[in-house]
Amino acid sequence: MAYATHRNVVFSALADETRRDVFERLRSGPKSVAELARGLPVSRPAVSQHLKVLKEAGLVVDEAEGARRIYRIDPQGLGALRAWLDRFWDAALTAFKDEIEANTEEETR
Amino acid sequence: MNKTITPAPVRRAVTVKASQARAFEVFTSRIGAWWPKSHHIGKVEPETLVIEPRAGGRWFERAPDGTECDLGRVLTWEPPARLVLAWQLNPKFQYQADLITEVELRFIPDGAAATRVELEHRNLDRFGEGAAAMRDRIDAPRGWPMILDAYADAAGK
Repeated sequence: MAYATHRNVVFSALADETRRDVFERLRSGPKSVAELARGLPVSRPAVSQHLKVLKEAGLVVDEAEGARRIYRIDPQGLGALRAWLDRFWDAALTAFKDEIEANTEEETR
Repeated sequence: MNKTITPAPVRRAVTVKASQARAFEVFTSRIGAWWPKSHHIGKVEPETLVIEPRAGGRWFERAPDGTECDLGRVLTWEPPARLVLAWQLNPKFQYQADLITEVELRFIPDGAAATRVELEHRNLDRFGEGAAAMRDRIDAPRGWPMILDAYADAAGK
C-alpha cells in the first residue's frame, strides 16, 4: 500500500489533531512518552503510535535514556527537507503531466 | 547525534494519458520541456535539461552559453518501464558528488491509453549524514514554522 495515498507524508502526519498536539509539545523541548501523554486525552500507547508516524515523516527523532525513550523535534530538519521534496516532486510531476497531455491533444487534433 | 534516522522515502504518483512508451519518452528525452524552471543549479535559468539514455550516463542542465551543471548519474535505464536517477544534490540544491540519494521512476501501463508514473525518492537519511549545510539552512527556528505554514496552506485548500 506504499502508493495508496498521494498526500504529502509530512502534512498527513500533521493533519491529525492529536498528532499535531504531540508535535507542538515537542517544540518546547525533548520529552518522554509519559510526559507527552500527560494532559492529553489519549493513552500512552496511542501517543507512541502518533510518535511513530511523526518519526517516519522525519519530524521527530528518539533516543534511549535509561529505560525511557526521549523524543525531540528532528534537529537536522529532515522533516523540513522532506516537505520540500514532496512539494518539489508534486510540482515536477504535475508539469510532466501537463506537458504530455497538452501534446496528446495536439496530436489528436 | 549517535542515532540512526530512517525516514520513509518521498513517494508521489501521477497518471498521464499516454502509452507507457510515450510516458517514458516524454519524461526522459523531453525533460527540458517540463522540468520546473524555478529549480536550477546553475546561476542562470537553463536552456534545457538532459538525461543521457544509458546506465552510467549523466543528467544535467545546460545553460544558454553551453555550460553544463550535473544533477547526478543515471543508475538504471530500462525503457519503457523503469528509470533510476542518482540525485546528487544537497539541500542547497547544489551538486555534491559524494551525496547520492536515489530517485526511482516506474512507468506502469494503466489500460492502453494511460500510464501511472510512480516516483520514489529514497535514502533520505543520507542527507543527514554529515549534512552540516542542511542544519545551517533548515534549522529549527526557521524550518518548523515553514512546515506548519505549508501545512496550513495545504489544509486550507
